Amino acid sequence: MEPVFDSKAAPKEAVLTPMAPEIFRVEKYRKETHDTYTLELRPASGTAEHQFRAGQFNMLYKFGVGEAAISISGNPSLANPLIHTIRAVGAVTKAISKLKAGDTIGVRGPFGSCWPVQEAIGNDVLIIAGGIGLAPLRPVIYQVLAERRKYGKVFLLYGTRTPDDLLYRGELEKWRARFDMEVLATVDRASSDWHGNVGVVTTLLKKLVLDPDNTVAMVCGPEIMMRFVAMDLIKKDFGLDRIYVSMERNMKCGIGLCGHCQYGPTFICKDGPVYAYDRVIGLLARREI
Amino acid sequence: METLEPILAAHPFFTGMSPELLKLLVGCASNVKYDAGDFISREGQDASEFFIIRQGKVALELFSPTHGPITVETLEDGEVMGWSWLLPPYRSHFDARAVVLTRAIRFDGKCLRGKLEEDHHLGYEMLKRFVKIIVERLSATRLQLLDIYGTRV
Repeated sequence: MEPVFDSKAAPKEAVLTPMAPEIFRVEKYRKETHDTYTLELRPASGTAEHQFRAGQFNMLYKFGVGEAAISISGNPSLANPLIHTIRAVGAVTKAISKLKAGDTIGVRGPFGSCWPVQEAIGNDVLIIAGGIGLAPLRPVIYQVLAERRKYGKVFLLYGTRTPDDLLYRGELEKWRARFDMEVLATVDRASSDWHGNVGVVTTLLKKLVLDPDNTVAMVCGPEIMMRFVAMDLIKKDFGLDRIYVSMERNMKCGIGLCGHCQYGPTFICKDGPVYAYDRVIGLLARREI
Repeated sequence: METLEPILAAHPFFTGMSPELLKLLVGCASNVKYDAGDFISREGQDASEFFIIRQGKVALELFSPTHGPITVETLEDGEVMGWSWLLPPYRSHFDARAVVLTRAIRFDGKCLRGKLEEDHHLGYEMLKRFVKIIVERLSATRLQLLDIYGTRV
């Protein structure tokens, strides 16, 4: 079967010095939830521009601690500031969470493949995010809304653990208020003062009327969530080449040399993180990978 | 007089059910309305009914002495609520509270059980539909139990 969109062909800008971090300065620090925060960074040199495509990631280097691969969550049409939303879960991300405005950080990138935002023009767009998975998809939302007339219907389904874990609450409200975008959020559990949906993100799919032959689904969240979402989309007659997922493994070099993020015959840092589902469906079922 | 039959026939839960069987069910159905905050059923009480939500939102809650009411699931337009009426001891396992103004079709469980016992074809058709919903909700509940957005998985 000929793929509708070829994620392998996702354009990647060559990074001239991929192993040398560029120094950035923290301009703003915003706490999103109890364990997640957003950093706005500007190059310390004041001149460099950081072009990226939706779905790509940077290696952020907390000097003296180490590097972590973090998706870019800002607007691809704005070269500055560089925006990352980070969940403090490991040694590096916890150390980065302690940075303050004015502090410096090393940045390598951008690396990896991108969401098929251009290729989806003329189609409906279904964005499904779980937890921190909304961060790598936010650039898609910015890009689609900037050229809203070029797309059909736009859906955003978002699931988190509790209402307090919802990212970008202000923006979610703005997107929900638009007439040209349907936004549904759900949480796994809530107290009775939450008037939204309670249930896993897959339960939101049945609330939508979808046209699988003319819709591109972009899914990001925990791997188990992505598997179940993809299963439900396939039940709804989505072709495997119309479902895109963003994979995560332990990335180190960012350029496919070190092998840390090898995923079957591919390297997630170079060939991913965004894959068409037909490229990974066989790998997802293998426990050894 | 307009009956509930066309409404039931158009509902996804009854897709594929013959008009003859639907006619049997209509006798047990009635239109109901709940204001926001109304309890539709309470944990431990008789579960003598099930509902097809036409419009609105219902929260299924459990009360914890330390955390107050905890919502474990919400149900909306087109969804089915309640299966405790099917099996003894016919007791509700959750509180069901209307989150917003909710309109539904209520089926009298005792009336239905009688008809399902009398007509096993109707009984099988209903059970098939309920099992599908139970499987979907069990699968969703398993995902919820995994706490997939946490750091464990």
